[in-house]
Amino acid sequence: MIISIQHLYYLVGGILLIMAAMTLADKTHPKRFSSGLFWGLYSLVFLVGEKLPPTWVGAGVILMALIAGFGGVGSGTHIERRAEDYLAAAKRLGNKLFMPALTIPLVTVAATLSAKHLMLGGVPLLDPKNTTLIGLALGCITAFAITCWMTRESPVQGMRESRRLTDALGWALVLPQMLGMLGLVFSDAGVGKAVAYVTTSYINMDIRFVAVAVYVLGMALFTVIMGNGFAAFPVMTGGVGVPILVGVYGGNPAVMAAIGMMSGYCGTLMTPMAANFNIVPAALLELPDKNAVIRAQIPTALLLLTANVFLMYFLMF
Amino acid sequence: MVHELNLWPLIGVAVIVAGFVLRFNPMLVVITTAVATALAAGFDPTKVLATIGTGFIKTRNLPLIILLPLGVIGLLERHGLRQHAQAWIANIKSATAGRLLLVYLAARQLTAAMGLTSLGGHPQMVRPLLAPMVEGTAETRYGSLPERIRYKLRAYAAATDNVGLFFGEDIFVAFGAIVLMSTFLSEAGISVEPLHIALWGIPTAIVAFLIHAWRLLRLDKALNRELGAAKDGEEAR
Repeated sequence: MIISIQHLYYLVGGILLIMAAMTLADKTHPKRFSSGLFWGLYSLVFLVGEKLPPTWVGAGVILMALIAGFGGVGSGTHIERRAEDYLAAAKRLGNKLFMPALTIPLVTVAATLSAKHLMLGGVPLLDPKNTTLIGLALGCITAFAITCWMTRESPVQGMRESRRLTDALGWALVLPQMLGMLGLVFSDAGVGKAVAYVTTSYINMDIRFVAVAVYVLGMALFTVIMGNGFAAFPVMTGGVGVPILVGVYGGNPAVMAAIGMMSGYCGTLMTPMAANFNIVPAALLELPDKNAVIRAQIPTALLLLTANVFLMYFLMF
Repeated sequence: MVHELNLWPLIGVAVIVAGFVLRFNPMLVVITTAVATALAAGFDPTKVLATIGTGFIKTRNLPLIILLPLGVIGLLERHGLRQHAQAWIANIKSATAGRLLLVYLAARQLTAAMGLTSLGGHPQMVRPLLAPMVEGTAETRYGSLPERIRYKLRAYAAATDNVGLFFGEDIFVAFGAIVLMSTFLSEAGISVEPLHIALWGIPTAIVAFLIHAWRLLRLDKALNRELGAAKDGEEAR
């Protein structure tokens, strides 16, 4: 393949390195050095991460968490334009403003769909395993060029704007990856097996309905803990689904898997552990309550979870 | 060699729950949990560091989807994208916050079900377009909004994107989760067609749509109750 995910890591590493440099050069920044160090360390993870010994990376991650945890990551001063400037610009450019914003998804979809046919000398142009992410990157680069041309802004201003938004997100930008790492640590340490052992040894599953409810609610609960339905599925399905629902009661495994995974997603809607979906949007939308998105989702999740218990009970047997 | 299952790593679950409930900084909670869990599993300090480092490198793909669109979105915002989105939606007189979100939910879920999951998303769709439009419709209807309502509408916009995505993508047959499920089941000696897993997801997907749509329409009613009265009062004066 010609464009692989490694190229995206270099791109992101480069962007973060420029951000770190801009932060260090910003004399008005209240937490100039600790913030600069935080973003600098993060850029190294992308630029040379896979070449460093894992213990060094681990030490770097702990250092980053300590900087962020003790309030070392701050926002620089960004000069807001006046309200009338925004309105004047909006009037001048009008619907043209939508064009680059829509370019991102359209190019992403086009690249994803055509990836199979994009070959150069018999080699796929885009890494087949990561077409969506590479498509997204191509979409963002195209949209960035169109925006710069349309607004007559320099790419440097684009970097400043990128830094403004990254500053607004702060360490929340790194949280999804931290939680992804924790999920892997959990599975290495055997947390999943321990939870499955505890749930299956202490609950009486001689009643079919109870077994279904344990599986559905277990998927949700486990996803709440792990932040990811994919991590919950093997544990609950290996512990309860296959041996009891299919093995003892002879249920339809396709129904079990489909509704089980979607019950896991109900858990995703309710947990701060799924930072990409719940915590990052709250930061992006500048909500004072970091759990506001979760609060908006909990009623939907609980109602759907209840419905899932009955759907599985009636569809599976 | 001890064959009994080591239950000590469960300490990790306790640490993370306590950390989030007591509202410590999430970065500290996560790193403490990671270290505690690895130590409880009997790893030596070097292996603890290496496990954390390897995990962090393996999950580098996660922030890409947030970080990459920021330059474009920032520049467009500097040139009034959010203000324009609000003004644009004001032209559609029949739009309400709940109805707009309902249309978005349907579109997001249907496109995700066809595998087009990248047509939405928080950095590129919700922040610059959907949230300002939802706020815009409410402002057209009720005048300036109290902060509390503004935040609530934004949270609903983000929530609607999530619900549409989650309960759409899982009925797309080539989606990673479906592959993961059928692979896991076949390793357990049960052969299941990926297509059947996708199809059996449809009842839940429909119920998810109905539940969330009902809540969105109730959101409109709640807005009417809270803000409609205030506006009527102003007009009467």
